[in-house]
Amino acid sequence: MPAVTETIDTVQSLTEGTYKYGFETDIEMEFAPKGLNEDIVRFISKKKNEPQWLLDWRLKAYAGWLKMEEPLWAAVKYPPIDYQDAFYYAAPKAGPKSLDEVDPELLKTYAKLGIPLKEQAILAGVEGAGESPADSGRMPIAVDAVFDSVSVATSYKERLGKEGIIFCSISEAVQNHPELVRQYLGTVVPQGDNFYAALNSAVFTDGSFVYIPKGVRCPMELSTYFRINAKSTGQFERTLIIADEGSTVSYLEGCTAPMRDENQLHAAVVELVALDDATIKYSTVQNWYPGDAEGRGGIYNFVTKRAQCRGKRSKVSWTQVETGSAITWKYPSCVLLGDDSVGEFYSVAITNNRQQADTGTKMIHVGKRTSSTIVSKGISAGRGQNTYRGLVRVAPTASNARNFTQCDSLLIGDQCGAHTVPYIENRCMTAKTEHEATTSRIAEDQLFYCRQRGMTQEDAVGLIVNGFCREVLKELPMEFAVEAQKLLQISLEGSVG
Amino acid sequence: MTAPLHTGAEGFLHRFDGLRTRLPGARLGWVQQLREQAAESFRAQGFPTRRAEAWHYTDLRQVADAGFDEPLSILGAAKTLPAPHGAWRAVFQDGRFRDDLSSLDAAPFVAASLAAGLGTLEDRLGALARPAAEPMAALNTMLFEDGLVVTVPAGVAGGVLDLLSLGSATDRPAAFHPRHLIRLEAGASLTIIETATGPAQARYLHNPVYEIEVGEGATLTHVRLQQESPRAFQLGTLYARVAAGGTYDNFTLNAGGKLVRNEIHASLDGPKATCHMNGAQLLRDGQHADTTTVLDHAAPDCASRQTYKTVLSGRSRGVFQGRIHVHQVAQRTDGYQMNQALLLSPEAEIDSKPQLEIYADDVKCSHGATVGEIDADQLFYLRARGIPEPKARSMLVEAFLAEAVEVVQDGAARAALEAAVNGWWEAAA
Amino acid sequence: MLKIEGLTAEVDGKPILNGIDLEVPAGGIHAIMGPNGSGKSTLSYVLAGREGYEITGGSVTFDGIDLLALEPEERAASGLFLAFQYPVELPGVGNALFLRTALNAIRRHRGEPELDAMQFLKVARQRMQALSMPEDMLRRGVNVGFSGGEKKRNEVLQMALLQPRLAILDETDSGLDIDALKIVAEGVNALRAPDFSALVITHYQRLLDYIVPDRVHVLMGGRIVQSGGPELAQQLEASGYASVQAAA
Repeated sequence: MPAVTETIDTVQSLTEGTYKYGFETDIEMEFAPKGLNEDIVRFISKKKNEPQWLLDWRLKAYAGWLKMEEPLWAAVKYPPIDYQDAFYYAAPKAGPKSLDEVDPELLKTYAKLGIPLKEQAILAGVEGAGESPADSGRMPIAVDAVFDSVSVATSYKERLGKEGIIFCSISEAVQNHPELVRQYLGTVVPQGDNFYAALNSAVFTDGSFVYIPKGVRCPMELSTYFRINAKSTGQFERTLIIADEGSTVSYLEGCTAPMRDENQLHAAVVELVALDDATIKYSTVQNWYPGDAEGRGGIYNFVTKRAQCRGKRSKVSWTQVETGSAITWKYPSCVLLGDDSVGEFYSVAITNNRQQADTGTKMIHVGKRTSSTIVSKGISAGRGQNTYRGLVRVAPTASNARNFTQCDSLLIGDQCGAHTVPYIENRCMTAKTEHEATTSRIAEDQLFYCRQRGMTQEDAVGLIVNGFCREVLKELPMEFAVEAQKLLQISLEGSVG
Repeated sequence: MTAPLHTGAEGFLHRFDGLRTRLPGARLGWVQQLREQAAESFRAQGFPTRRAEAWHYTDLRQVADAGFDEPLSILGAAKTLPAPHGAWRAVFQDGRFRDDLSSLDAAPFVAASLAAGLGTLEDRLGALARPAAEPMAALNTMLFEDGLVVTVPAGVAGGVLDLLSLGSATDRPAAFHPRHLIRLEAGASLTIIETATGPAQARYLHNPVYEIEVGEGATLTHVRLQQESPRAFQLGTLYARVAAGGTYDNFTLNAGGKLVRNEIHASLDGPKATCHMNGAQLLRDGQHADTTTVLDHAAPDCASRQTYKTVLSGRSRGVFQGRIHVHQVAQRTDGYQMNQALLLSPEAEIDSKPQLEIYADDVKCSHGATVGEIDADQLFYLRARGIPEPKARSMLVEAFLAEAVEVVQDGAARAALEAAVNGWWEAAA
Repeated sequence: MLKIEGLTAEVDGKPILNGIDLEVPAGGIHAIMGPNGSGKSTLSYVLAGREGYEITGGSVTFDGIDLLALEPEERAASGLFLAFQYPVELPGVGNALFLRTALNAIRRHRGEPELDAMQFLKVARQRMQALSMPEDMLRRGVNVGFSGGEKKRNEVLQMALLQPRLAILDETDSGLDIDALKIVAEGVNALRAPDFSALVITHYQRLLDYIVPDRVHVLMGGRIVQSGGPELAQQLEASGYASVQAAA
């Protein structure tokens, strides 16, 4: 992962208090005309050389979207978005035909974002340089790099292909595996699911596609790295992951954007399908540009993520560390259809300065003996507003279902807010649900104790906050966890007086 | 008197049109203005639907669709009243004060009918209620006909007051909207034990609004036993404001009614004020009971405690929504809320939405919610000791409820509650 | 090494320390004894720089430096260590991480190289063995779920690792059984050196059987009312604080 290779040194250079990924890449881009209408939808579909059924599917979504209203129930405030004042397609000109042809500017960009060098070599198509994990002593990570509206490169495709694993951009999957895409697309998040999902269904431009065949344990972490670069551009990615019977996959995503004083919209849809005995672990470190201290600029991160545990004993685990974005609106969810299926949601969300987050999950229990675990840690600092919003619904069919929810909020400073809004709906007598929530601040005596042992106030806060988030961070793949811990500390800079 | 009844919000607005010159206070400009504004709010909002976040789990269609008439103004002979808990008693029948059944004269506080003394209440009526925000309070304000006004002077220990609300069985279901104003001045105390009941076959809508002011260092214990007729609706909205060092202690038992809602808005307005909101919901058959609390911590150093327990059998549905709102000034807030439900039937449903909304940083707030059935291990343990299953079950349910009842400090209030809970059990068994 | 002159301090406007004069030379072990509410813990917190205590007069110097002008972490870095009467719990913060962060903060200040995880573990294990602490205490959250004795031993472990020049032990003996008490005392005695001083604050004489002080001071009403040799502690044990009060 991009940031995975961050060494302590580079991170220390970050402690200047600036958003590290805020640079802009100067590269020749091709844009669709500004604004949104049916022609733009057709333009995108044509650019992608899509079959008629997919264009029809997009147009249907678009027609539905026109009739929908922007959701207002989340505890976030922002001026009305002018959906006509954005580009819905922006791609580097002359996209590469093969990995060798990746634009050097893009390579530089990814180098700066910290994608491991060997993977860069892979990105640029230098065979062998990173294929052998023994070289670097670490597990390789396959990367799909999405730059504004398009995937610019995907690494380790061939290696994964040997196991029958499909890992590519969704545009490519539409061309090469149309039957799989058609079978699953929109079956977890229907086109008309919500306002942003409908918008995404109409104009999604790229994203990742993963298929793990029966019985295959994916030999490496798969990841997608999302980068918004162009001005006035929205990013609408669509990710679809299918874990066939008995398969296992761990998938990571990361995201960054340049510092700008405009707000940019990121409205993704992620669909996960787990069949019998399959396991999907999906980890996110979300570090979109959060805006400046006064709340100027930053990404609006309005995302629909949902998993269906269709199979018996299937399992989906969402882990997210949300440190970026001006506004986060995101509820990675699990629909537990298969008997004995398991859903997990582990979340850390930080809001500092003027950031706002309304995030949580939905656990829908349908199958027998389904179980779910929710652990949410919210941290508010500066003038940040942080809301956990979650639904646990147990259908009458979900006998002996279990849910455990733990939501903790930490407040740093007296100008911020922390809110907890759980919905628990139980229609099954033999089900058991438990919910606990706490809100507190860092205790003076904890800070004093650390400082008496020689730590600075800021280090002490970092230590205590990381302790507060530990239950979530330990769910991340190890290298991601190290990165996440540092991000937490950086995100809180300037929050302690 | 056999004109077809209008239903829904229309029906009530129509009623108001017909009654506006005859309702209490019709000649008082400020009362008229309150009613007209409330009517405007109610016209604009109508009966709340599930689209309103505050009403997400309670569908009022069956209330809206029923046509209600005025309560009959002819009052029957004195009924057999339940045994009193205290020395003072105020009785209402179909929302109107029954002077003949009440005994208040010797009380160390002032208690009287609202309709009779409306002229002096300009500063109190509507001081806390928010008809623009809560549609049922708007309906009440538009149509209130009577209520109880209590004032406990500074430093006076008021003792125990029974407040009795009786619904009548009538040919056509009646709707009544009493407005109760309760004020405790500084250092005063009072226990109110309120019972709302009606004959088994009676169908009516009881829509009370309470405006309660607890002065500095005053203590009000308020137990509400909702034992309405199984065919009746009760939609109560209670507003309480607690001044510095004061305590408001509310316990609400929802045991009767077809569809009921107990909505409480309490505000801790002065430093070191305390609020306890507790309750139990005992539901069976097709009952629907909703407890919705909003607790505002609007001053520093306040504490609040909430424990709500729901037992559901049959096809009943229970709702708990509890929001703790800690304002920025409310540093050193200590807030705790727990709601637990026990499902005794595969057809029952419980919906729970505990909420924390916090804008101050030096706070300690937590909530918990659990839902489950009777613990199989506990049940087995009791049976292994020779206790028959039904008895074992009832013991465990009683133990579950005891936790909520135990927190009630006032002896008379607690005895009344225990009796009501036991009564429900015996009827259920 | 430590010089306190005319120190007065208040909490919430209420005077707690009413003019303390005390000098602890390098290598000296001084005990402060006093009944509950005499200001013992306040003195230790004021010296360590905890917020909420207002210094209304007097001065404190540590090796000639104005201690009261320093932040708590600066005091720690210059060699002042407070063993807390009630060690604080830090949920989720691993004890090993905590100890290493603290140790490295202080090493940085001393201009010594920081220890990496492996080097640290080696040092920590040695110290823990000496204190008969099970190794899993490194993996657990700081003081979370520790028994009273474990918490106090964890304090002594920190002291052994950080190697302070002045240790203030705030009722470290409270809640300890005799075996734990001996271990704690050994930990302190092991640090004894010409440039190590300690201020042992205690209610009872018991701890002083194992950490023998050079001087004993009696603190009452926020003042030192009597000072003497180790025999003063015995005397107090025999006749109680009331006798001092009568004499003072």
